[in-house]
Amino acid sequence: MWRIRAFEERVGELTRADEVHGLVHLSVGQEGVAAGVCGQLRPDDVVYSGHRAHGHAIAKGASLERVMAELMGRTDGLCRGLGGSMHLVDVEHGLYGATGVVAGNVPLALGSALAHRLLGGDQVAVVFFGDGAVQGGIFVESVNLATLWRLPVILVCENNGFAEFTPRSAHTNVERVSDVVAPYGVERETVDGNDVVAVRTTFARFLAGARGGAGPMLLECLTHRVRGHYEGDPERYREALAAEEWQGLDPILRLQRSGAAEGWLDDDTSSRLEQDAREQVEEAVRFARESPFPPVSLTAELVYAS
Amino acid sequence: MARELPYIAAIGEAIHQEMERDESVLYFGQNLATSEDDPFLKAFGSDRVRVTPISETAEIGIAVGAAFAGYRPVVQLYMAEFMLVAMDQVVNEAPRFHYMTGGQVTVPIVLQAGYGFTAGWAGQHTGSIYGMFMGVPGLKVAVPSTAADAKGLMTASIRDDNPVVFFHNYLLTLEHGEVPEGEHVVPLGEAAVVREGTDVTIVAIGWMVGKALAAAEQLAADGVSAEVIDPRTLAPLDTATILQSVEKTGRLVVVDQSTRHGSAAAVIAAEVASDGFASLKAPIELVTALDATIPYSQPMEEYLLPDEAKIVGAVQKVLGFSPVAA
Repeated sequence: MWRIRAFEERVGELTRADEVHGLVHLSVGQEGVAAGVCGQLRPDDVVYSGHRAHGHAIAKGASLERVMAELMGRTDGLCRGLGGSMHLVDVEHGLYGATGVVAGNVPLALGSALAHRLLGGDQVAVVFFGDGAVQGGIFVESVNLATLWRLPVILVCENNGFAEFTPRSAHTNVERVSDVVAPYGVERETVDGNDVVAVRTTFARFLAGARGGAGPMLLECLTHRVRGHYEGDPERYREALAAEEWQGLDPILRLQRSGAAEGWLDDDTSSRLEQDAREQVEEAVRFARESPFPPVSLTAELVYAS
Repeated sequence: MARELPYIAAIGEAIHQEMERDESVLYFGQNLATSEDDPFLKAFGSDRVRVTPISETAEIGIAVGAAFAGYRPVVQLYMAEFMLVAMDQVVNEAPRFHYMTGGQVTVPIVLQAGYGFTAGWAGQHTGSIYGMFMGVPGLKVAVPSTAADAKGLMTASIRDDNPVVFFHNYLLTLEHGEVPEGEHVVPLGEAAVVREGTDVTIVAIGWMVGKALAAAEQLAADGVSAEVIDPRTLAPLDTATILQSVEKTGRLVVVDQSTRHGSAAAVIAAEVASDGFASLKAPIELVTALDATIPYSQPMEEYLLPDEAKIVGAVQKVLGFSPVAA
């Protein structure tokens, strides 16, 4: 979680300094979901993400160096600088699609799950999306087909209460995303997404089921987006949380507090974890800065495959 | 050995043969395999031949995800317009992934879409909408005009590592033509010179190829030698063959069932105006549908569409501009 937090905070700085020049959406505050889910997956399990993808990529095993290089548009980036923040893909680590169109990734995950089933493997497909995706028709199409074909896919909703700039209450009368899928008989649960232990525990149960061929399942994680929808968002639509209120919610501080209370994590270790993470991020920034921009010849090479 | 087959059966034969040849080929679609006697279902089983709900976006999205894992799904969409409800998957997901991922993944899917059913099917089932797709980088677009090409282009589309939209014309469905048995591949990106000539080049697409050939026959009686080219795929577009022909004839008529401003004809004309201007002895003529929704009423429908007489008129016009012909 510290690696994601440190990475995101540094990307925010680099965006303001124009070293990361494109559109960037940060996941500060939502680290518990990425860590609680991806930390239990194997490299051959497949993860799909959306426009707020950095944390998922890092948690799934993508190198900080190559994610940072991608955000800076460099040739050593995950996608050789052609994808950027919203389209992080790292096939080697099973990160298949960050798609920039809300809910566009959901049927892709179903396709991976279908392939796993046909090939006879026990890999699982996981797709992250926000609560804003659920009001799209494609979400309903996908849930229907996933249940009809009993696909081993786990739908993970990061419900941060805001669809871009609008609160959930302005989008729908259905309070819980997990209620939306109820008529389909999808196994589902809503958890506190800022409690990484809760995310981990419920996801572990779903994962065991999906490995055994069950599915789909839906895990709704209630969480909080600390930054705006995008970096530079003036956020006129909401009040920032008071510092003390945020400290009560912060998934990292909460884990540190419970670790200290239960005696398995001391302050020194916590500080060292944070320090290590920040050093790794600085190393990633150095790596990215040294990487050249991609050659323009890549265009002709990559418009079509082979 | 070749034998006569209807255009639509030639497409089915290509899919069947490719499914036999390659276990990774899947077939999805609404109303597919609804009876146990379905030949695809009997041959390949319900894992590979899958009936779907009316959920085009999910169908195509699932095909893309399965393609990442090495499958080669063919999605039967029936009507090209039904793709329009799934434009995010067709335009923004399938063709962009190979490029956006720096080449990490390929998306070998085929979207089988019937188009141009201008036989009383009115405004929402008659569009010749390939022009919308030929400008999408990473997408290939096939538009066969004969039964043999329908088989050969479908085979090539399934084997291609890129997403291909395979537009088959509904008015050609039962047109018979000689089709080779066994393996038959027509490479994507190669135009066919279907009639040689020296006075004018007529480029025609899909259903229009037959009309252009009939017009060329009529013109031959008046001593006009028309060359007819069928691009067969619109992306990649074989501009070299078209330019070569225009270099020889000096005149170009492009015939397209599409509305003029959404047509492939407009793109072809622009390419020739840009790279073949020095060869032109007359302005390029476009014979397209009018920029209007296809009406239901038959005389009005005919009024909107290109036909043999309009093609002949356009050829006469480009010849009339020529100082040689004058």
